Amino acid sequence: MKNFNYHRPSDAGAASALVSKSEEPRLLAGGMSLLPSMKLRLVAPSDIVDLGDISALKGIKVEGKEVYVGAMTCHADVAANADVKRVLPALAELADGIGDPAVRHRGTIGGSIANADPAACYPSAVVGLDATVETNKRKIPADQFFVGLFTTALEPGEIVTGVRFKAPDKAKYMKLRHPASGFAVVGVMIAKYGSNVRVAVTGAGPSVFRVPAMEKALSANFSAKALDGITIPDADLMTDIHFSAEYRANAVVVMAKRGVTAIA
Amino acid sequence: MRHEIKMTVNGKAVSGSVEPRTLLVQFIREHLKLTGTHVGCDTTQCGCCVVHVDGKAMKSCTMLAVQASGRTVTTIEGLAAADGTLHPMQAAFQEHHGLQCGFCTPGMVMMGVDIANRMPNADEATVRRQLEGNICRCTGYQGIVEAILDAAPKMAAAKAKA
Ligand SMILES: Cc1cc2nc3c(=O)[nH]c(=O)nc-3n(C[C@H](O)[C@H](O)[C@H](O)COP(=O)(O)OP(=O)(O)OC[C@H]3O[C@@H](n4cnc5c(N)ncnc54)[C@H](O)[C@@H]3O)c2cc1C
Ligand code: FES
Ligand code: FES
Repeated sequence: MKNFNYHRPSDAGAASALVSKSEEPRLLAGGMSLLPSMKLRLVAPSDIVDLGDISALKGIKVEGKEVYVGAMTCHADVAANADVKRVLPALAELADGIGDPAVRHRGTIGGSIANADPAACYPSAVVGLDATVETNKRKIPADQFFVGLFTTALEPGEIVTGVRFKAPDKAKYMKLRHPASGFAVVGVMIAKYGSNVRVAVTGAGPSVFRVPAMEKALSANFSAKALDGITIPDADLMTDIHFSAEYRANAVVVMAKRGVTAIA
Repeated sequence: MRHEIKMTVNGKAVSGSVEPRTLLVQFIREHLKLTGTHVGCDTTQCGCCVVHVDGKAMKSCTMLAVQASGRTVTTIEGLAAADGTLHPMQAAFQEHHGLQCGFCTPGMVMMGVDIANRMPNADEATVRRQLEGNICRCTGYQGIVEAILDAAPKMAAAKAKA
């Protein structure tokens, strides 16, 4: 890893000031994605601004149907939170399925969504659960946050402060785990808000996407049968040495059906 | 630029001067000479480097030493009692043959303690899933899982008594 200057400010304002002063800054959250890529020298920041001491970015607030998760809240804390389990169990389950316990003790929701790894789990929750991403500058609706492969609507140096979810009547995250890495080969978040259903898919494409055909079918009839005959075009999906785009396209439908069956 | 860092390791206050890029595991092994914590992969996969930071299992190959400044760290060397009596998790690994070459063992034991702290009544399937981030190339895991299942309720009973 190349060397860098290290800063650990205690509030977001100071973090923001450090970022604007630095040549090539990077925010550091749990470090579970950033430190491995620094070891590989894929990134070599001049300055690391560690958000670890900013207590205002940590914690969970549940009010009625609204679930707010601070950016620096680690996956283990989301998974274990009694209020999240009660109001939005699909989110707790998703967090509990990320990586392994040591990764869950450090990795954060803010880091996960800012990183926008195509195989990450949280993006499907942000989009599927109609969340708003809050930053030190503005509020970004989920549908505008993820822009593409490892790309979000965040401006350089903009700090995610938290994510506000709207708890649906029911929801389920179904993940086809990569057998080695644990990441999502395909992950599908199904969420039912009254007669309105959202379906968000991660892992399959370069970035999370919704499936309008499935949403329409499930809004009319919330059953796995309603998904019969729906296919996902594989032209824009990812292919790697493990799974072809065709395989992923099929897995989206299989996972969606399993998810609906689990909560229908 | 070097940073002066201070932390509590196995109950003792320690300090050191490190580059920002120094990993926590390097600080533990090379500065503190506590070589029980191992590096198997250096890529956050294998769990050989697991230590506890503020009581929670973390992979010390994927944390900067400067990030741990001001925190409390426990390594495998900090588990046994001062008179050498093994921690119940260490004793269970011995009893159940939870190791062969021993390379993964420090991380396995530290993760075992973490699992037992969080879920004293975990069943076998749960323990296996919780060990997802710890890789052993020798044992086939059977003895490791048995050791954790054996030690977890004993640790809970000892805590209840204390
Ligand atoms: C072995 C292993 C298995 C994993 N398995 C899974 C899995 O199954 N599913 C899954 O979804 N993920 C998985 N991950 C990734 C993990 O969830 C990471 O924690 C996450 O992707 C990044 O979060 P972080 O807090 O560690 O961020 P960091 O690595 O610290 O940062 C990542 C990026 O986000 C930026 N950033 C961080 N915080 C903010 C913020 N508040 N505002 C703006 N930018 C910010 C950083 O500058 C950096 O560019 C795995 C990781 C490992 C090592
Ligand atoms: S050496 Fe840290 S996880 Fe393998
Ligand atoms: S005992 Fe040899 S790697 Fe686990």
